[in-house]
Amino acid sequence: MTQLSQSENMSSLFNQTITQLSAALIAGELSSLELTQAIIDRTQAVEARVKAFIEFDEADALQQAKASDARRAAGQSLGPLDGIPIGIKDTLAVKDQPLRCASKMLENYVSPYDASCVVKLREAGAVIWGRLNMDEFAMGSSTENSAYHSTANPWDLERIPGGSSGGSAAAVAAGEAIATLGSDTGGSIRQPAALCGVVGMKPTYGLISRYGLVAFASSLDQVGPFTRTVEDAAILLQAMIGKDPLDSTSIEAPVKPDYVAALKSKKGPWKLGVPREFFAAGIDPEVKANIEQAIQWYKSQGCEIVDVSLPHSNLAVPVYYIVATAEASSNLARFDGVRYSHRSQEANDAISLFSKSRGEGFGDEVKRRIILGTYVLSSGYYDAYYLRAQKIRRLILADFEAAFTQVDAILTPTSPTPAFKRGERSQDPLAMYLSDVYTISVNLAGLPAISVPSGFTQSGLPIGLQVIGKAFGEEDMFAVAHAFEQAHDYQQQTPQL
Amino acid sequence: MQYEAVIGLEIHVQLKTRTKMFTAAPYNYGAAANTLTDAVVLGLPGSLPVLNHSAIEKCVQLGHMLDCEIAEVCKWDRKNYFYPDSPKNYQLTQNEQPLCIGGRLEIELPGPSRNVEGAHRWVTLNRIHLEEDPGKLTHEAFDTLIDFNRAGVPLAEIVTEPDMSSSEEAVAFLNALRNLIIYGNISDCDMEKGQMRCDANISIRPLGSQKLGTRTEMKNLNSISNVRASIEYEIERQTEILEAGGSIVQETRRWDVDQAISFSLRSKEEAHDYRYFPDPDLVPVQLDRTRVAELKAALPERPFDKQRRFQTKFELPYTLTSVLCPTRELCQFFEDAVALHPAPKAIANYITNDLLRELSAGSEHGASALAVNDCQLTPAHIANLVQIIDAGLISKQIGKEVFTEMFKTAEMPEQIVERLGLKQSSDSDEIEALCRAAIAGNAKAVAQYQAGNEKALNALKGPVMKATQGKANPALLHQLLKQLID
Repeated sequence: MTQLSQSENMSSLFNQTITQLSAALIAGELSSLELTQAIIDRTQAVEARVKAFIEFDEADALQQAKASDARRAAGQSLGPLDGIPIGIKDTLAVKDQPLRCASKMLENYVSPYDASCVVKLREAGAVIWGRLNMDEFAMGSSTENSAYHSTANPWDLERIPGGSSGGSAAAVAAGEAIATLGSDTGGSIRQPAALCGVVGMKPTYGLISRYGLVAFASSLDQVGPFTRTVEDAAILLQAMIGKDPLDSTSIEAPVKPDYVAALKSKKGPWKLGVPREFFAAGIDPEVKANIEQAIQWYKSQGCEIVDVSLPHSNLAVPVYYIVATAEASSNLARFDGVRYSHRSQEANDAISLFSKSRGEGFGDEVKRRIILGTYVLSSGYYDAYYLRAQKIRRLILADFEAAFTQVDAILTPTSPTPAFKRGERSQDPLAMYLSDVYTISVNLAGLPAISVPSGFTQSGLPIGLQVIGKAFGEEDMFAVAHAFEQAHDYQQQTPQL
Repeated sequence: MQYEAVIGLEIHVQLKTRTKMFTAAPYNYGAAANTLTDAVVLGLPGSLPVLNHSAIEKCVQLGHMLDCEIAEVCKWDRKNYFYPDSPKNYQLTQNEQPLCIGGRLEIELPGPSRNVEGAHRWVTLNRIHLEEDPGKLTHEAFDTLIDFNRAGVPLAEIVTEPDMSSSEEAVAFLNALRNLIIYGNISDCDMEKGQMRCDANISIRPLGSQKLGTRTEMKNLNSISNVRASIEYEIERQTEILEAGGSIVQETRRWDVDQAISFSLRSKEEAHDYRYFPDPDLVPVQLDRTRVAELKAALPERPFDKQRRFQTKFELPYTLTSVLCPTRELCQFFEDAVALHPAPKAIANYITNDLLRELSAGSEHGASALAVNDCQLTPAHIANLVQIIDAGLISKQIGKEVFTEMFKTAEMPEQIVERLGLKQSSDSDEIEALCRAAIAGNAKAVAQYQAGNEKALNALKGPVMKATQGKANPALLHQLLKQLID
């Protein structure tokens, strides 16, 4: 069971923020070597219980830390991220490190190149740390679909951390990294962030390059940060944005942003939308009460709370499971046992090579989604499913665009329930899919959104508040979230491990 | 019952770009296996395609040369199928919105003989679109080897309407297409290197019928002779089936070169469902109309337009244009030479006979023929040679010798004439004296000539030419001889 943290816990390096740590590094009070060693020590202390990682390389991290200290000593520090250990979800390519996507299909695969967002982190001097557990190929909401092991929620080790970026969320909550990267296709950053009591955000589609992010659903996937604070998330986002010539879908923000400056200077009050469709059936009463309390707080600060309608919300989950699985069925076709993925020893011709390798290499949920995606694209069904779903997607976006003519940001719960117990939903895929009901439409619309800790249930499980911004509206989104965070102490609290 | 054949072709042409369709990996034929790859070519996890703009431009040029409409917007689709040569197990192609729409190609059918120009007609096209090539499989006894060097190379797929009715027309189409594409510097179209590949769709129907019969698709024909042979075989095969009262199965067939038969690959029921959908990693392409117009204005003259112009302006006969026109560099060489000395027929003759002979001399021993732009001769050389012959400096016969020497040393003709002392002799006295000696030495020939045999004169010319080392002015010699013995 969880407890509220002690202040002694808070002074530990592994619980501090990028903002605090970079100040200490600059002031010479701390070295990256010390910081990284603290992270390694913490990981070794708690990892047997949390299991956030698939693997990590202490020697490599310490070497990067030493290089950071050397840069700083030579007066060549690279900025606020220099020397900060950042964990990487196992779906992002890091040169010469395993890239498994928590799957047996890529058990022995080592990436020969860095993802573009990782290149940016290296250019910022960050210490790239470990391979974080996830649902296999990013398909899941609990990290129980990992082919290696499941990750525990640090607030209650019997419960799941959420997914698919469960390892990334748990690592920040447990102090095994100062920040981590995850990926979000239907809520895979925001939902685990809410369930683990940390900050997690997904940028506007296209802001962070997808080159080096193993594709699940190309038109929905985005990389994003997990951090202890909203300001830390802003620092990480700032370091990773920019049009990448290697990703045709990446885009430069229309106006050059400064996220940290914005969240400090923008004080509101704001016009905040609350979509009536998001508070209907299926929401846990404690979550509902908590979010309503959060909304009341904004109102008490002078914000105008506007009742908005997103009428096509009820279609978001079905549309997502058509579009995302269709794209995934095609994106995962490359895993065929020919070049670099698992190859069955039982095959004796091309067809059996493909079918046996894929049969052996993929887990059940991945297979389920590939079959579904293949079906909705198949001859005779394309118009009724895929094409129709894409049309409805336009309507979902139009709902948001209409709402944003009236408001600056939209507030919703991130997850309809707090963390559930391991095994509770793993036999019921549809129940699992509904974990993402509040996050999914944001990906379909390509909008930015952030989950910020908003409190705890009676039994001490974290709850998250989601703030959705306009396209390229991260500055307002951060400001709205930051204001809430600074007025409460939820991000100070850490699980007892 | 008389049947007529209906044939449509799909031709894949590798575009002559420096790098591949969706990545900066380079391409060149013959590199060591799997050395022209990168993360995108191999479909490594996390890799993404990026459009090669020069491939778009080459395809726009191709579309212009084939009178296509260039789309305002075109986009990319995924064609999903599993095959070991396909790194992503989908091919990026253009299913719904191709780059070029419609179009036509002028073809020339063979005439009654090689020296007589055949009829021209237009073959209608349906579309041209861009896509990426898969890798190359080599089948060994127990293994299949895969080389991904070719994977990702830009292909233009040209689809004709079912507008041809014989193997002859199909072959004429392919030849005309090759020449046109090479003219436009769009591809080298070397079928042996796989730079141009052809699929043929063939059906037959009762003569005069408007309804299309069931068609079969013949895949991956990699030489023009295979195209001819497979089409003829297929027409015969289908005719036999229909005449026996059977019906044609719609299927894909493969041509077996060794046995000269076709066999079924897969039937319609087993046909792939490609599950086409728009590629979400690439954005639609908007074609800038100004640039499209610029590319159109910069096009070279088309081969048959050039042929007509050479026939009209330079009055070249078909026997010369049929050899000259297929090679753009040769035509340029010709026109440059004519600009220096206006004797088009003579210049064309030197190019099509002597120059081409010398250029291909090396290829007898396995090397490929030299290209006209790679040899040492310039248009000025040929122009000068014809000029000094026309001026009477040397005879045509000597001219042949000068040409051979000129090709070796690249000296100007006048230099060679000077150096080897080949100047024509028009010394009447000298020649007359030699004629008298020849006549005196060959009474039999004189008698034959006087009896009416014109050719007997050659026996008298011989010794004179020999005595003058071939330099006697032939016209003068002829005139003087006749004067003496007529």
